[in-house]
Amino acid sequence: MANTAVANLHPRLTPAELAQRHGLKVANDRPPLREYTRQVWAYRHFITAYSRAKITSSLSNTRLGQLWQVLTPITNAAVYYLIFGVILSQGRGSIDNFIAYLCTGVFVFIFTQTAVANGTSAINANLGLIRALHFPRAALPITVTLVQLQQLLMSMVVLAAIVLFTGEPITLRWLLLAPILFLQTIFNIGLTMVMARFGSKVADLKQIMPFVLRTWLYASGVLYPVSLLRDHLPDWAATLMEANPALIYIELARYALLDSNRENLVATPMQLWGTALAWTLVVGIGGFVYFWRGEKEYGRG
Amino acid sequence: MDVAEQTQAPTDPSTVDSQRVPTVIADDVHVIYRIHKGAAANTGATAALKRIVSRTSTPNIREVHAIKGVSFTAYQGEAIGLIGSNGSGKSSLLRTIAGLLPPARGAVYTLGQPSLLGVNAALLNDLSGERNVALGCLAMGMSPDQVKRITPEIIEFSGINERGDFASLPMRTYSSGMGARLRFAIAAAKEHDVLLIDEALATGDRKFRIRSEQRVRELRANAGTVFLVSHSLGSIKDTCERTIWLEGGVLKMDGPTDEVCRAYEGR
Repeated sequence: MANTAVANLHPRLTPAELAQRHGLKVANDRPPLREYTRQVWAYRHFITAYSRAKITSSLSNTRLGQLWQVLTPITNAAVYYLIFGVILSQGRGSIDNFIAYLCTGVFVFIFTQTAVANGTSAINANLGLIRALHFPRAALPITVTLVQLQQLLMSMVVLAAIVLFTGEPITLRWLLLAPILFLQTIFNIGLTMVMARFGSKVADLKQIMPFVLRTWLYASGVLYPVSLLRDHLPDWAATLMEANPALIYIELARYALLDSNRENLVATPMQLWGTALAWTLVVGIGGFVYFWRGEKEYGRG
Repeated sequence: MDVAEQTQAPTDPSTVDSQRVPTVIADDVHVIYRIHKGAAANTGATAALKRIVSRTSTPNIREVHAIKGVSFTAYQGEAIGLIGSNGSGKSSLLRTIAGLLPPARGAVYTLGQPSLLGVNAALLNDLSGERNVALGCLAMGMSPDQVKRITPEIIEFSGINERGDFASLPMRTYSSGMGARLRFAIAAAKEHDVLLIDEALATGDRKFRIRSEQRVRELRANAGTVFLVSHSLGSIKDTCERTIWLEGGVLKMDGPTDEVCRAYEGR
């Protein structure tokens, strides 16, 4: 019955044939991967503008506004200083400059942690936007990561001050921080995309993520020297833990910033770079492809 | 359902095929929402536990069949009104045409990228009107240069600055009419092949309505197709010559506005 009207107008053509004849395309069809990548690139201005808007609007109701971007990491560092520097004062064996060691780990880990946590709801929190406007949905998880990247860069300024203040020298290796954070950003974007697609299907994930992320924190050698892993775990488990991407990025950052910690790295710098690069490529590209495959479903909610 | 009513096409069938270019073809479209009932009955912790233990499928997901097999073809230069009571599937149909809501079955074919203009188009309420304009334009795929050029025009058209400098205030300070006007102004700034308008004209005042109806006519003149959802039959009669009547997710009637409106009012 429903086809009667169309059939009468076009006796010889089915709707699909008519559409094809006039070059009409299926609405919300998923573009091929290459085209999709091009679209995401074409929307880069939207992505940056949207990230900036998110940062501005998230703090617009506070009295100190953008100042919080610096105050948050400082407060964070102060709390860790209180606990590990004053209350549990040192006693950390091989680590000479534990405060700087700790803060590097915390700030680098928080970047991944918050991006993943917020990425889980990247689709569901923006359903209004998704159902109102047309843009490649990958823009949303990318935005989540970029917002956190901006926060990380502020933290890095604070961290540089802490590192210098605790007596580390400025070396050329500090420059390595740029490629390290670049790799981590790509890794985060990929992981955020995976979580965004998962989270769009299973809303319960958001409730579980805090526990998963806390476990990851403990497994990443942030709050204690990485060497403890080898001392207390069987060999295979320690090897597994040491391949953990968060730990790899943190160790690389420590390698770049902390001159006093050069002897305590979990692997040689070359090995660290290799593993970091592998993680970045696998998760970055894999996450993007995985997210792209779900592109059609995101409006459904 | 009356088949005879449906076949009243707005134009003579014999001329259709050769001369008119279709812009939207809906082919037996079904839309199904899957809804988590949330705090509704029987979703307590014990009920959830019982479900997991007894392995019954989750009853707190309910399916709402919003559109049940709608088919029609729209052509270049047409303005089509969509009428029907609340919950009859008008907005869902628009979203599906826009490609923002995936159909569960059937397909929608469109020429170019349809653009939906709704009152609930999400802009960021904490940002100023100006930045929302920029953001909205970027989201429609404009380049930063274009955005810079067009922003004053959009602000001007929306008329939000008529009572002082509102463009630089956060959007949460706007009245609902001002917000709707700004959204319409943003969406109307671009040439669309297919423009879908969801009740957006209803909130503006008289002056703005005249301006926006003028803009809708311009968009149509540029060989676009306009869909208009409204509960005000007056504005449908003013802007549309063809009207589709949806009821309970089913296409009840499709034809010239006068006839459909008469049938709708006399139901």
